[in-house]
Amino acid sequence: MRLVVDLNRCQGYAQCAFLAPDVFTMHGDEALMYDPQPDDEQRRNVRRAAEACPVRAITVEYGDGAPAAGTAGASRVG
Amino acid sequence: MSVDGYLEAFRSQGRIVVVGASLAGLRAAEALRDEGFTGTLTMIGDEPHEPYDRPPLSKQVLLGKVPPDHTALPRRRLVDAEWRLGVAATGLDLAAKRVQLSDGDSVEYDRLLITTGVRARPWPRELEAELDGVFVLRTRDDATRLHHRLKAGPRGVLVIGAGFTGSEIASACRERGLSVTVAERGAAPLVGALGGVVGEVAAELQRSHGVDLRCGVQVTGLEGDAAGRVRTAHFSDGAAVEAEVVVVALGATRNTEWLADSGLGAGPRGIACDAGCRAFDVRGIVTDDVFVAGDVARSPHPLFGYQFLSLEHWGNAVAQAEIAAHNMVSASTDRRPHLWMPSFWSAQFGVNIKSVGVPPMADQIIVTQGSLAEHRFTAAYGHQGRIIAAVTFDQAKWLDFYESEIERAAPFPPEFPTVDRRPEGMQPVPAGFPDPSLPSHGPTVTLSGHSPTDRRITFTPRRA
Repeated sequence: MRLVVDLNRCQGYAQCAFLAPDVFTMHGDEALMYDPQPDDEQRRNVRRAAEACPVRAITVEYGDGAPAAGTAGASRVG
Repeated sequence: MSVDGYLEAFRSQGRIVVVGASLAGLRAAEALRDEGFTGTLTMIGDEPHEPYDRPPLSKQVLLGKVPPDHTALPRRRLVDAEWRLGVAATGLDLAAKRVQLSDGDSVEYDRLLITTGVRARPWPRELEAELDGVFVLRTRDDATRLHHRLKAGPRGVLVIGAGFTGSEIASACRERGLSVTVAERGAAPLVGALGGVVGEVAAELQRSHGVDLRCGVQVTGLEGDAAGRVRTAHFSDGAAVEAEVVVVALGATRNTEWLADSGLGAGPRGIACDAGCRAFDVRGIVTDDVFVAGDVARSPHPLFGYQFLSLEHWGNAVAQAEIAAHNMVSASTDRRPHLWMPSFWSAQFGVNIKSVGVPPMADQIIVTQGSLAEHRFTAAYGHQGRIIAAVTFDQAKWLDFYESEIERAAPFPPEFPTVDRRPEGMQPVPAGFPDPSLPSHGPTVTLSGHSPTDRRITFTPRRA
């Protein structure tokens, strides 16, 4: 399982840090640090975290051929 | 043959080569398949690794929280490409539509995408750069080597250059309990990217976390012991600092040397392209079949006076790759311009720093919310009476609002009331950017003139 967080999009709601605390942690008040390649046992937590992110900043590749969730980094045409 | 017919044939059976297999290259490849391109796709990357994410290298990886080889990027979809990794592109023949490779082979294309990015600018004195203990940080292998050495607990670390990368490295070292000196040629850390007012906050942040920060100095020489290990750094003010590890963080150099004789408009400041990511040739004529995206590209942005911007930003690599991919397989009337709002983040010393817009264009700054002294604030940048950028320290939630203000060219100073406005935020002050003609490093946006050949302004030095 691999993941990446679009930290431009992240606004520090910290939903992921509550739902998958072994993968996502707040570093200071607002900065997010995460494990980009968590163990498979984190799969359920990561899925919940990705789905709960209010700004859809988390892209996950579950490694089972399923399409990746989230929309991280999609273009923001201004 | 009609041009439309050509496009259909190209979309189904054409050959696309992507040179540069990092974030921009990968996302472009995925987007090409999403767009329905079913021809052959070849990915060329000089690093032996599959595409990985660089931002964690100066943060989680140096802290030992994430192994360097756990940074591979998640895939959005299968790309069905031929991957040629560990092989650099060494030349481009525009007439023959062929890319030369370092292993002697060559690859022909119908359309080419260049996403070769940048590399760390090395320490300019080669013999000193070869001393054991002298590092740069750009690639996964760089991070592996540096982390290995930091883990051993060196007695002193010197970071040369206090841009974002240098500051993040210093932050990681302090968090590891290492003694760190930071040498910065400018007046403050981050001064090239965020100006002197915010730079002072960054300086205070470093010092309060125990960094021995020396600004306004240059490192004039690195000295090694008999075994070739770096031991001492000499500064322009006469000081000498003992260090077992020296990290050179003097910004980046664009990977365009392989295009030197190609006829493409490529040089030390990147590859100039139009708003649709099509590269210019040296005559200033746009090419039909060569596209550019990511850190190596330099494209005109309508929000910023059509100045050519080079953005060393993660989000720009993704957004520009998607636009380039779309345009590569679309008819000319279906193409889109790359209008991404420059945005970046940095985490250092426990503070989340984020920015939108182009701060180095600004002449003034106003702290609209919070307080500089508390290291928690929002500041807006103004350029000739309009809002041009904003930065937050631990107040990221306000940035979307400022982004929309930049997009509508809202007046500066801002006319709206804000929560948590302090006395210091009543009047704009000079933003304190260094004279662009002086060499510096570290700005993550490079501005240049209005045409590919215009060389009036540059924020990127060729040397440290």
